[in-house]
Amino acid sequence: MNFSVNEYGYYGNFGGAFIPEMLYPNVKQLQDSYIDIMEDPAFQLEFQQLLKDYVGRPTPLFFAEHLSKQWNTNIYLKREDLCHTGAHKINNTIGQVLLAKRLGKTRIIAETGAGQHGVATATVCALMGLPCVVYMGEKDMARQASNVARMKMLGATVVPVSSGSKTLKDATNEAIRDWINHAADTHYIIGSVVGPHPYPDMVARFQSVISAEIKSQLLERTGNELPTHVIACVGGGSNAAGAFYHFLNDDQVQLIAVEAAGCGIDSGKSAATTQLGTMGILHGSKSLLMQTADGQVTEPHSISAGLDYPGIGPLHAHLFESGRARFLWATDDEAMAAAMHLSKTAGIIPALESAHALHALTQLEWKPSDVVVICLSGRGDKDLDTYMKNLPS
Amino acid sequence: MQNKLTHLFEQHHRPILNMYCTAGYPELNSTGEVMKALQAHGADIIELGMPYSDPLADGPVIQFSNSIALQNGMSIAVLLEQLLQINPSMHIPVILMGYLNPILQFGMEKFCREASAAGVTGLIIPDLPMHEFENEYQDMFLQYGLCFIFLISPETSEARIRKIDTLGSGFIYAVSSSATTGQAIDMQQQEAYLARLKSLQLRNPILVGFGIKDHAGFSKISSYVQGAIIGSAYILALRSGGDISTITKEFVNTIREKAELPKTN
Repeated sequence: MNFSVNEYGYYGNFGGAFIPEMLYPNVKQLQDSYIDIMEDPAFQLEFQQLLKDYVGRPTPLFFAEHLSKQWNTNIYLKREDLCHTGAHKINNTIGQVLLAKRLGKTRIIAETGAGQHGVATATVCALMGLPCVVYMGEKDMARQASNVARMKMLGATVVPVSSGSKTLKDATNEAIRDWINHAADTHYIIGSVVGPHPYPDMVARFQSVISAEIKSQLLERTGNELPTHVIACVGGGSNAAGAFYHFLNDDQVQLIAVEAAGCGIDSGKSAATTQLGTMGILHGSKSLLMQTADGQVTEPHSISAGLDYPGIGPLHAHLFESGRARFLWATDDEAMAAAMHLSKTAGIIPALESAHALHALTQLEWKPSDVVVICLSGRGDKDLDTYMKNLPS
Repeated sequence: MQNKLTHLFEQHHRPILNMYCTAGYPELNSTGEVMKALQAHGADIIELGMPYSDPLADGPVIQFSNSIALQNGMSIAVLLEQLLQINPSMHIPVILMGYLNPILQFGMEKFCREASAAGVTGLIIPDLPMHEFENEYQDMFLQYGLCFIFLISPETSEARIRKIDTLGSGFIYAVSSSATTGQAIDMQQQEAYLARLKSLQLRNPILVGFGIKDHAGFSKISSYVQGAIIGSAYILALRSGGDISTITKEFVNTIREKAELPKTN
């Protein structure tokens, strides 16, 4: 099976570039140049150097002893939470900022949900001396206040978005509108594997460093570069795309995506797109989408701002439809419990997003010979307010 | 293809005024009243927006009218029913503007068939790319006699404009600046763009939209191309409340003012 995009940006039935004409020149320029730029040795040198010296890569692959004993198997955590700024998001923002500079762009915009992508964008803009505007839903600004403060301290302008559900979907709409209004000088750094072609493929390539490292680290640890399972949470799906990327064609590796079920799949307050969505178009690509029968996009719910999105990247829709990846889900409460458990047993406070992936351990049967890699996509500092509300007094 | 739109552009003796309103705004059942008022008071084309939860190419005013219309219960099915009722009293062309997703969920062929039966002349779907249009829908639109109106922007290359000119029909919708709807525009930059559009000598007529709100803007544009599209400014006028017919009459009269003179070119 083929898991690469075709020339029109499709993974199987999903993808494409459904954009208004005002964005066509920008998107076309990106489509025509992203591969050449990314494969340029000078670009790679600069990118890899920054990943090493600035982000702190490679991130450790940590053998989680207590969890492994608990489930009588071998569990490794890919520590993306140890990246500079506290999540995997910066792998992509460094790549895209370098790319934007080569395209001659002088202004950067981004959307953010949990604030991790916004912080990662503001960080690299500060490093590169580029002006940065981040769109963020008002609801998310309230529940991720520390990330708002970080972005401001890094010199970014944070624009509150009050339309629609006041979360990631609407922040993305506003960022796209900004891009339409400033198409000539601005590059839009999309934070996930969503958006019009080439974004899903471009972001997946920048995040693929995660699975490249997992392979070489596992080889060193176990003598085999292939795990039996890779588990990652999926909102739009960028950390999952990065963690799955170099295993997509290794059929013996089970890929497990965990979505946010919010208050429960059938509660009407959920963000589990593959379970509740149908084929539709949002933010420039055809994918699975939570929507009404009339094709209006519905407002999702998750305790985790980073997973509170009614769509999913087209690669993941293809992985779901083709059966290449297995899609599970965790509710708000289950993610919360998984976060508490990891904190106490491994001394790692995970982001609420990543806690969804951890919950998958309770949902599957494990063999002693299994080698399970969980992508710990971010750290939990930004979620402390939410966690504190749930701590036993 | 001969239809109300082509006929209008062949016969017109004054600048063409295409008036936009979101269907189901300000009230669910005001669509017909708005259409009748626009027709009675001097609009040449009526463009009805089919409301969507995520109107990417629209600025705050039309976003607002979209969300009110959705709250009012507007949908494609409801709109097509309303259009079927109003169609016998409409003699000016009616076109529908909307985003692709709700149309896909309704079913593209069913949409084309029912829109055509309800007297619709043309479609504007800003997020339907040319490649998908050619591969999937061109023949269907033709089969149901629906003009497909493409957008172009100041950044659209001449080669692409020429291709759009061969693929599209009815007219070409030229966005006055690379912006979402309702944004202020730079007149000097715009005049250079308008002069370039005029010099292209396209097969299709051109209407310019986005950011036009008064007589000065309308008449400036009409001196270069066939006419203009006005949306946000009219929605704002309706938003202030009051009798739809009175507001519409006043609005259209203000826009037309001295632009009523026969065109010299």
